[in-house]
Amino acid sequence: MYEAIAFYLFSVLTIGLFIVTVMSKNVLYAMTSLAAGMVLISGFFFILGADFLGAVQLVVYVGAVMALYSFAMMFFDATRDIKEKNTSSALVFLLGGLSAFVLVMMFAAPIHSDAIQALYPMHEGVGNAQDVGIVLFTKYLVPFEVAAVMLLVAMIAGIILAGKKMDDSLTEDLSADDEIMIQKDEK
Amino acid sequence: MIGLSHYLTLSAILFSIGLVGVLRRRNLLMLFFATEVMLNAVNIAFAAISHYYNDLTGQMFAFFIIAIAASEVAVGLGLLIVLYKKYGSLDLDDLATMKG
Repeated sequence: MYEAIAFYLFSVLTIGLFIVTVMSKNVLYAMTSLAAGMVLISGFFFILGADFLGAVQLVVYVGAVMALYSFAMMFFDATRDIKEKNTSSALVFLLGGLSAFVLVMMFAAPIHSDAIQALYPMHEGVGNAQDVGIVLFTKYLVPFEVAAVMLLVAMIAGIILAGKKMDDSLTEDLSADDEIMIQKDEK
Repeated sequence: MIGLSHYLTLSAILFSIGLVGVLRRRNLLMLFFATEVMLNAVNIAFAAISHYYNDLTGQMFAFFIIAIAASEVAVGLGLLIVLYKKYGSLDLDDLATMKG
């Protein structure tokens, strides 16, 4: 009963928030609604019994990724509305809906057959984090290490790309500095 | 009672919202937001299948998707900053230099 209430409440809220993310003209509104939707998605993970995944979703997405986006927004002008030339949105909605439907059917079709059996079954009476840890560090150890190397590469790439020529400012032009110097001289 | 098909339907709806965003948006930062929506939709489907089939593989894939999304955002935002320094805009129509 409570599961049903939580599911419907979370799903309506998530769909609404993500529609705001996709449709909004303002970057700030889009980003805040995306962050709120991600918090609610971690709620789905908790309902589904994937406690560790929910915690990781909160820490990585809502914590790290959203902080990264908000830092990146300092470089761009976030308060101004975005002018976009949206061509023939009815066609886009039709195409987007259709292709998403086809993709989902493609990936959901094997589920409705009986061909699926549990490869790494969950254990009774063992916490989710413990179960996940055992499988992650035995069966998925190599992908885990590769993901760690990939994160390191991404970190270095991010630092080098964003840190290049950090000393010249993007938002203010040089005349502003001159004005400040003039005001100092007047004092 | 909430079944697997409920979660898959929700995931499909969220995925199509993200796909409409990817097709519709012209601003690169907003395009990134739409891809995040799509990745989250797929994560819900993985977690739901993992729960209803009593299997941990779905959760493992969701973890790796989260790791990949984090590194994608790190590199992508670095590239966006470089693009913004060079062109002063994040609009895809302004950035299209190869006229085909």
